[in-house]
Amino acid sequence: MVADAIVSVEDVHLRFGGVVSLAGVSLTQERGEILSVIGPNGAGKTSLFNCLTGVYHPQMGRIIFRPTPEHEVSLIGRKPHRVNRIGIARTFQTSRLFNALTAFENVKIGVESRQRTGPIGAMLHLPRTMREEKESDTRTVELLDFVGLRRRGDEIASGLPYGDQRRLEIARALGTEPKLLLLDEPAAGTNPSEKLALEQLIRRVNRELGVSVLLIEHDMRLVMSVADRVTVLNFGQVIASGTPGEVQRNPAVVEAYLGRVETEESGGEG
Amino acid sequence: MSRIAINGVSMSSLRRSQDVRRLGAWVLGALILAVMTGPSGTTTSPTAGFTGSLLHPRVLGYLAFGLVMWALSTARVRSRDRVHSATRGVQQLREKLLGDNRVRHGTYLVLLVLAILVPTQLNSFWQEVLVDQIGVFVLLAVGLNVVVGYAGLLDLGYIAFYAIGAYSAAYWTGALPVHPVFHLNPFYVIPLAILAAVVAGVILGVPTLRLRGDYLAIVTLGFGEIISIVATNLSSVTGGAQGIIGIPHFSVHLSSFHYQWGLSNLPYYYLLLGFVVIVLVAFRSLENSRVGRALAAIREDEVAAEASGVGVLKYKVMAFAIGASTSGFAGLLFASKISFVAPGDFTVQLSILILVLVTFGGMGSLPGAVLGAAVLQWAPEYLRNHPILGFQQQDLYIYLGALLVVMMIFRPSGIWPSRRRRRELALAEEGVGTADAMSGSSDPAAGPG
Repeated sequence: MVADAIVSVEDVHLRFGGVVSLAGVSLTQERGEILSVIGPNGAGKTSLFNCLTGVYHPQMGRIIFRPTPEHEVSLIGRKPHRVNRIGIARTFQTSRLFNALTAFENVKIGVESRQRTGPIGAMLHLPRTMREEKESDTRTVELLDFVGLRRRGDEIASGLPYGDQRRLEIARALGTEPKLLLLDEPAAGTNPSEKLALEQLIRRVNRELGVSVLLIEHDMRLVMSVADRVTVLNFGQVIASGTPGEVQRNPAVVEAYLGRVETEESGGEG
Repeated sequence: MSRIAINGVSMSSLRRSQDVRRLGAWVLGALILAVMTGPSGTTTSPTAGFTGSLLHPRVLGYLAFGLVMWALSTARVRSRDRVHSATRGVQQLREKLLGDNRVRHGTYLVLLVLAILVPTQLNSFWQEVLVDQIGVFVLLAVGLNVVVGYAGLLDLGYIAFYAIGAYSAAYWTGALPVHPVFHLNPFYVIPLAILAAVVAGVILGVPTLRLRGDYLAIVTLGFGEIISIVATNLSSVTGGAQGIIGIPHFSVHLSSFHYQWGLSNLPYYYLLLGFVVIVLVAFRSLENSRVGRALAAIREDEVAAEASGVGVLKYKVMAFAIGASTSGFAGLLFASKISFVAPGDFTVQLSILILVLVTFGGMGSLPGAVLGAAVLQWAPEYLRNHPILGFQQQDLYIYLGALLVVMMIFRPSGIWPSRRRRRELALAEEGVGTADAMSGSSDPAAGPG
């Protein structure tokens, strides 16, 4: 197999004063795969996301992103909106929608970030503005349809049920045409049926849109069913990596989640 | 059983204590109003302001007013739910009418016709108020609305750009001690004045808009002072504190057709009306465009906006510069109208006045900014010499301040709120999001995981 990594993280260190958040994390995600990052609370998962998206700047290490196989860029020191522009979109641990705007507007803002209309074009209704406006409307409807919120476009984002809010956030992220989508605990706070819909949505994002997905998740059932590979973090270090099955049986993982266990049959469930 | 009784008692006593507190507030408010509208103290009897208003029989009238307002507000609180359900139909009808484009455009057309016809019937005093006080300030308020309302940036040096526009007008028309290579008609100065204000806005904005809201307010406050002090002290260039006279009026020269806007107000009013309408249409399009939505996103959640590919700094600078250009444009118009510029016209007080106009009208709402400016600029002129409500000019800011406090307590979204803004405030009350007065949240994305 020819290695075609969409993102490689190499020996990344991140400290806040004396607190070490990431202590030499290295991981690679292949193009087109769903990689899940798991680990106990405080293991450094969201810190890793924030390093990937330009929110935090690690003191050491390299993060290389390849939007296409031939093209590689370093992510360190890049501002969040520039990271987004080169093809990495994200959602947040607690959803951060534009609460007072409609669902439609939320997605449209994501779609429009790829366009070029400036204030003068907008004020004068230049032809390009009108054309882009039409294009973004079409794309927004498509995306709302894709996540199953087509009928709720006119509703205020904060008024949507929690599961819908999470899917709306994914639609907004997809609007920016990412090659890689980072999902930070998308299932947190959702009910079992919403979880099921989410699981299908993640698969469809991956298969139908060809977007690689990096997933932080606590819900082990979701991780095990959706992820191609799993990487486990603990205390800012990678302690295991492999297929869901391999990781589940890894003694270090079991220990990280449950403490030292004597019996053999306990699973990796957290 | 006993528990319910206890709850019932505590509920009614709570309600009673709120009633008492409201009574106290209204009575105190009425007494303050009595003092504010009463006679002034003098050096020989410094307390005359209090004795003359509180020990005079007229205080009874104010107390009665306070009690009536208390009764009304109590009744309103008691029947809030009933009122809500009763007015829901009216609300829905209003939403429907506002949402209908034909109704909206019809209303705009009627308003425009009124704006064209009514001034011809006014005397010259009101025509002058219409241009100098209302027209120019509507333009200023609409511009500041982009900065404060759309982008959520607190700009306290807004008037500095007005000064830059006014002095650009003076410079390019040859009225300043320093002369340009050629002198221009004010019409041709429009792009130059706007450009000067935009350049100043970008130069000030790029470094400072990286800062959070509170710092921006301080920097812009300082910038306003710098411009005003430079204008006062750099006499060799700006003419100093006495100001500059002889800025030419607008004029049109097309082969055999010549027209000059002179000192009479009506022609200037129509010129201003034309510009205001153009600016309003342009800003309405801006609000409903990619740029307007990006600004709304930034105001709501900067972190999420950046993560969605919106370049926060770029859009903030853009909004700041658009506001600056409008202010500069207004400065040019005003300078040419009264054909005079002086540093005394560009005080911090004026920046704050414009902020009050926008806040009163409804932040982020174009009709609100227009209405706020029109009402608040018209009312003092109308009331100043009123037999009962008349007041002294130096007291104006007391009343404006009081009005703003009352507005912020009872209707923080302004008299004509924008739909987005109203939602934001409603959500903030429920504890969702952070619609504080200015600026969005800027905490880093989540905690370490």
